Amino acid sequence: MSTRLRYAYYPGCSGQGTSKEYDTSTRAVCEALNMELVEIPDWSCCGSSPAHTVDHRLSSALAGRNLGLAEMMEGVSAVITPCPSCLTNLKVASVRLRKPDFAAEVNKLLDKPVRSTLPVKSVLQAIYEDVGVDAVRPKVFKWLKGLKLAPYYGCIMNRPPEVMEFDDHENPVAMDELMDAVGAQPVPFPLKVECCGASYGVARRDIVQNLSGKLLDMAALNGADAMVTACPLCQMNLDLRQDQINSANKTTHNMPVFYFTQLLGLALGVGEKDLGFSKLCVSPRKLLDSLEERAQRKAG
Amino acid sequence: MNVISLTATRDQDFIARVEKESGQKVSQCYQCGNCTAGCPYTFVYDIPVHQVMRLLQAGQKQTLLTCRSIWLCATCQSCTTRCPNNIDVAHVMDTLRHMARREGQDTEYGVKSFVDSFLESVERNGRAFEIGLLVSFIVKTGRFWTDVDLAPKMLPKGKLSPMPHRVKNPEAIARIFERFRQEGHQ
Repeated sequence: MSTRLRYAYYPGCSGQGTSKEYDTSTRAVCEALNMELVEIPDWSCCGSSPAHTVDHRLSSALAGRNLGLAEMMEGVSAVITPCPSCLTNLKVASVRLRKPDFAAEVNKLLDKPVRSTLPVKSVLQAIYEDVGVDAVRPKVFKWLKGLKLAPYYGCIMNRPPEVMEFDDHENPVAMDELMDAVGAQPVPFPLKVECCGASYGVARRDIVQNLSGKLLDMAALNGADAMVTACPLCQMNLDLRQDQINSANKTTHNMPVFYFTQLLGLALGVGEKDLGFSKLCVSPRKLLDSLEERAQRKAG
Repeated sequence: MNVISLTATRDQDFIARVEKESGQKVSQCYQCGNCTAGCPYTFVYDIPVHQVMRLLQAGQKQTLLTCRSIWLCATCQSCTTRCPNNIDVAHVMDTLRHMARREGQDTEYGVKSFVDSFLESVERNGRAFEIGLLVSFIVKTGRFWTDVDLAPKMLPKGKLSPMPHRVKNPEAIARIFERFRQEGHQ
């Protein structure tokens, strides 16, 4: 790659807290793939799910402030974010702002009017489309041979297709292909786009226990060693709440739940500090060590 | 079986308002049930989503604005994606929730409180502050045991910041909320 790709980067609030390891591994992977991330100066919350359940102009104003800040940045080709919830809000806002009547209503709420001219993408989409799977393969430093993964995309990264404009809305494959490119083995996973229970973990934990429980059951049934995700909320429901799920459903899952950037980073030679495996609640240590042993035995 | 008297309870103005706010033509729904077939939340709904659409066609305002389903929809977009008539069903659910809020309904009080706590946190800090919003939710609902079992898992990981990561200029975000309220919203 001769030209360096340059993006306005929107980390999202959870990237500073519950999904720190997603943010650090994203930044490290993008660096390794020659993608320059320029953080949007003084970015604010996109409104997430709560704002759009209250009012769509409020939601688009909260997201729109960030689109406006990104527009003022020089030489960036798109706004990219690792979080599908942020992605949805930023993308829905940018689509709705194309309607002049709606844009006028939103701009009444903002200090500075937003025009919304930049494309909005997920980090996954930028890696898959702008860098490409074929460009990732030659950079692999450590093959993830033998690692069986259930690829879980979450409900909103690809839906509705008219808005999200990326991959297939029933059977997305971008993460499967990236994991395959670094030597891991994606297993069939029919619940790729089913909902995990979203943000109901606090107010209605029973919902998350049911829906995320089904995802863990399906991953185990199909022989996965671990799940790989692209969403901070999905990851949190499956990983942090796995004990709650187990005790509610009388199951005994001990399934590590990775961010795809952690595994991509591991393959590309990113260090543990940025990968943040120690921040996962269900420890992947044993699994990763067993891969190492298997590789050494083969080499020996 | 519930019997409703359409002559007595059909609210035509309500149908027109939902159509205007959501931009969807509710009469286009022919009750195929594809939305309900794919909806992961039917197991907690009091009214399945295709019946929400049918009640909407029948102008049943009171039933819809006081039901649980509109608060429990996670906007996962399954219904919208799979509707053969291209109705943005998730948008209709959002619109009903907006109306319920404006009318002071809170059938799922916990869900409403979580949303309020989240947005208050954003208004104050410019960004969502996880511990702060959880404390605010507990205070609003009195559910003191909420996720206490998760604290020992999270704290050693250094994932929960004890202080909010505020933006440099939180007033800019607070002004968005102020202007929104000045337009008569709560």
